[in-house]
Amino acid sequence: MEPILQVKDLQVSFQVKGGEVKAVRGMNFEVGKGETIAIVGESGSGKSVTAQTIMRLIPSPPSIIKQGEIIFKGEDLLKKTEKQMEAIRGKDIGMIFQDPMTSLNPTIKVGKQITEVLIKHQKMSAAEANKQALEMLKLVGIKNAEARFNQYPHEFSGGMRQRVMIAIALACRPALLIADEPTTALDVTIQAQIMDVMKDMQERLGTSIILITHDLGVVAGMCDRVIVMYAGEVVETGTKWEIFKNPQHPYTKGLLRSMPRLDQKKGEPLIPIIGTPPDLIKPPVGCPFAARCDHAMKICERIDPGATEFSDTHTARCWELHPMAKEGNSQ
Amino acid sequence: MDTNQIKVMPSPSDLMPDDFRKIGTDEKEAEVIARESISAWRDAWQRLCANKMAMTALIILGIIVLAAIFGPVISEWVHGYNYYSNDLLNTNQPPSAEHWFGTDDLGRDMFVRTWRGAQISLIVGLAAACIDLLIGVIYGGTMGYFGGRVDEIMNKFSEILYSIPYLLVTILLLVVMEPSLGTIILALTITGWINMSWIVRGEIMQLKNREFVLASRSMGAGSGRLLFRHLLPNAVGPIIVTVTLSVPNAIFSEAFLSFLGLGVQAPIASLGSMINDALTGWLYYPWRMLFPAAVISLTMLCFNIFGDGLRDALDPKLKK
Amino acid sequence: MVRYIANKFFYMLVSLFILISATFFLMKAIPGDPFTSEKKVPPAIQERLYEQYGLDKPVYQQYIKYLGDVVQGDFGISMKKINQDVSDIIGQTFSASLKLGLVAIVVAVIVGVLLGMVAALYHRKLIDNIAMVVAVLGIAVPSFVIASLLQYVFASKLHWLPTMGFKGPIYYVLPVAALTAQPIAFIARLTRSSMLEVLNADYIKTAKAKGLGWMAILFRHVIRNGIMPVVTYLGPMTANIVTGSVVIEQIFGIGGIGKQFVEAISTRDYPIIMGITIFYGILLMLARFITDIAYVFVDPRIKLSGKKEG
Repeated sequence: MEPILQVKDLQVSFQVKGGEVKAVRGMNFEVGKGETIAIVGESGSGKSVTAQTIMRLIPSPPSIIKQGEIIFKGEDLLKKTEKQMEAIRGKDIGMIFQDPMTSLNPTIKVGKQITEVLIKHQKMSAAEANKQALEMLKLVGIKNAEARFNQYPHEFSGGMRQRVMIAIALACRPALLIADEPTTALDVTIQAQIMDVMKDMQERLGTSIILITHDLGVVAGMCDRVIVMYAGEVVETGTKWEIFKNPQHPYTKGLLRSMPRLDQKKGEPLIPIIGTPPDLIKPPVGCPFAARCDHAMKICERIDPGATEFSDTHTARCWELHPMAKEGNSQ
Repeated sequence: MDTNQIKVMPSPSDLMPDDFRKIGTDEKEAEVIARESISAWRDAWQRLCANKMAMTALIILGIIVLAAIFGPVISEWVHGYNYYSNDLLNTNQPPSAEHWFGTDDLGRDMFVRTWRGAQISLIVGLAAACIDLLIGVIYGGTMGYFGGRVDEIMNKFSEILYSIPYLLVTILLLVVMEPSLGTIILALTITGWINMSWIVRGEIMQLKNREFVLASRSMGAGSGRLLFRHLLPNAVGPIIVTVTLSVPNAIFSEAFLSFLGLGVQAPIASLGSMINDALTGWLYYPWRMLFPAAVISLTMLCFNIFGDGLRDALDPKLKK
Repeated sequence: MVRYIANKFFYMLVSLFILISATFFLMKAIPGDPFTSEKKVPPAIQERLYEQYGLDKPVYQQYIKYLGDVVQGDFGISMKKINQDVSDIIGQTFSASLKLGLVAIVVAVIVGVLLGMVAALYHRKLIDNIAMVVAVLGIAVPSFVIASLLQYVFASKLHWLPTMGFKGPIYYVLPVAALTAQPIAFIARLTRSSMLEVLNADYIKTAKAKGLGWMAILFRHVIRNGIMPVVTYLGPMTANIVTGSVVIEQIFGIGGIGKQFVEAISTRDYPIIMGITIFYGILLMLARFITDIAYVFVDPRIKLSGKKEG
């Protein structure tokens, strides 16, 4: 599959009082055309920072992009000027955010918030933009769209507002949609609806999607590939089936164990992952997960493991996967 | 899994089998509690102490209060005159060794009068703030605690009262009553408490539905206990801030009233009435205006800065 | 919407009624009557005066008559200025006060909002710190102190501006500066904190994600939401400027209502005190009423429910 986005060795830090928080420590991944990938991890694992760095939306200072490349349609986004980025944001890459209650401007009519992006990028007249925006509202499943068009965000429910956000993000038919925890703030029943809208829109427009989430249930429903992040690093990546059926990293296994499943045996407990992620001002030299890992070995605290490849798509970074690990513990 | 397919990770060649020995939980670094837990009050206090502006303001306020208390006493002791002893041979004298702040049109010593005036202004400010506090807490507490119909009626009443411009009411009252320290404070508090009552009401309403209050209620705590043990102590932060910021307001209002000739009556002086007295000849005798003006401005400034600092310290969320 | 306005209007009338009644009864509560304090007046003349001012009737009749007069804009006759209607005195002096007040309001809003916006946009930079120090000073230093200082420096020492009077644009500078110092400080602080909040709001991130330029975001999304709290302050600010003008007119010798008010207070000319008090009351309550209405137009969230939500 031809990649439309490639992230290479991305490192992002934040300057804070106590030092430098190394939020993203060498991210590598790519997104194919029409593909949906999920970036999964706990809060603070660096997944949102990665997403916002692609859009160049994190304010600098305090953030510093230490190194890396973000190649979108053959060009490095990190080398673009702010003006060039403005031409890409909303047009080639759309984004939706976690909290639909606060993501829309409370004092501007919903329709106008959609036309704004059309007028900016498609150079449409107001009338054309209105027509197009109305079309988008209908597409994302807003009933009575004509009347809704002239209402203010506070007259919409949370789920409806997230639909509007999707309409804004996809109005210019971008090649890539970044959805930063789009369903976290919504009721479970609404979550499914929003995911359906996204899937439906993807089929219509052929958009690639990066879905940021901490909810593996959401992943199962719509993603092709999964990237598991921990403490600013990718610990495991693979297709949806590889991750769900054959997880290799203890952290991935832990995430799956802590998630309720339909095929769960009665009485089988959900097992939480104990402990908290490491302090990223002084990230551990070894494997960042070692302190919370049941299988931690001496080497885990000393050296950060490299990637073991199980297939073209499936890799994991854990010392346990090293051939010597079995020998060492069988003695 | 097909083992042949696996590409082993890159790793150093000198790894020993021992490196792959599992470590038990006891060998791992025990979880360390990063910071010792400190109470919210000490936390706020530390934040306040770290705020240099606020601490400077507090120290200056302390100096002003001390000077207001002891300034007149010292002067009487050293020079032998008080705030009303006049010396008609030495009117409108500029500052000198004898009269540190100069003299006024009746030859009264400005140093004594300024600090005496500061005394009056501070008394008015603090007394008005305390009465506002008392009425505001009772009224606002009642509104917030009972809610519903009681709240609706009481709130409407305070709203109507508040919508009447308060300086007008104060002026009217003072025109009718004989101006004195007591009546001025009374006039200032007649509507001054409303703001405080709204703050208290808002806080109580928010706290009322919090879990710890519900828990206490479910264990059978009575209204009084709930209000005084659980609700008010948790609303103390905003209340203190409001009090601190209402002191300079009262001081200003008093000065304003003195300016209209409705303040404390001669020979007693407040800073406001001294400024008013100085106004006529002020282009020729600027010191008569400058000293009281500086003291009143500095006092109000410090109260404002300290109040702001207090608010930031008590509610770190608000600090940007 | 109509209900909201009607509701606000009703409460304004209630407040006004209370103010007028309070004014009337407080004046009645003054021991003695206006004529006993004067030089000995022959009983016959005193009776004539009583009759002329309606003081021979029972209090409730006087009250009803006063209410009726006030509704018609008649505040009675001055006691000290022979044969002068209070409403005439107000009418003659109002224009000076109105001009001063309007200029002050406009200046305060423009300067305050600009100062606050600049401070917010350069948050934590030198310009922000300077603006906030100026704001704290403006709030803390009483307007009459500022007025006197300005007069001393710019008029008396530097001779750049006139000391007294109200004859042309140049005469506005010092009074307006003194009068607006506090409102400017207040508006600047209000604008700054609200702008900072807006700048960090999620919908600004959305606007950025749309690819909007910095200016478009500022003008379309930040400013309108950022100055919303300023609208609520317009009512109190008017009150602040009106009461402030009482003192400022006195200092700069401007023949406005404020000056009349101070004179009336010092000569205990009760009809004028009452008249101006009620006049000020009407003015300020109207200002507050207009503010309430204006807010509905700025904040769409208020329209349907009459209360702010989400």
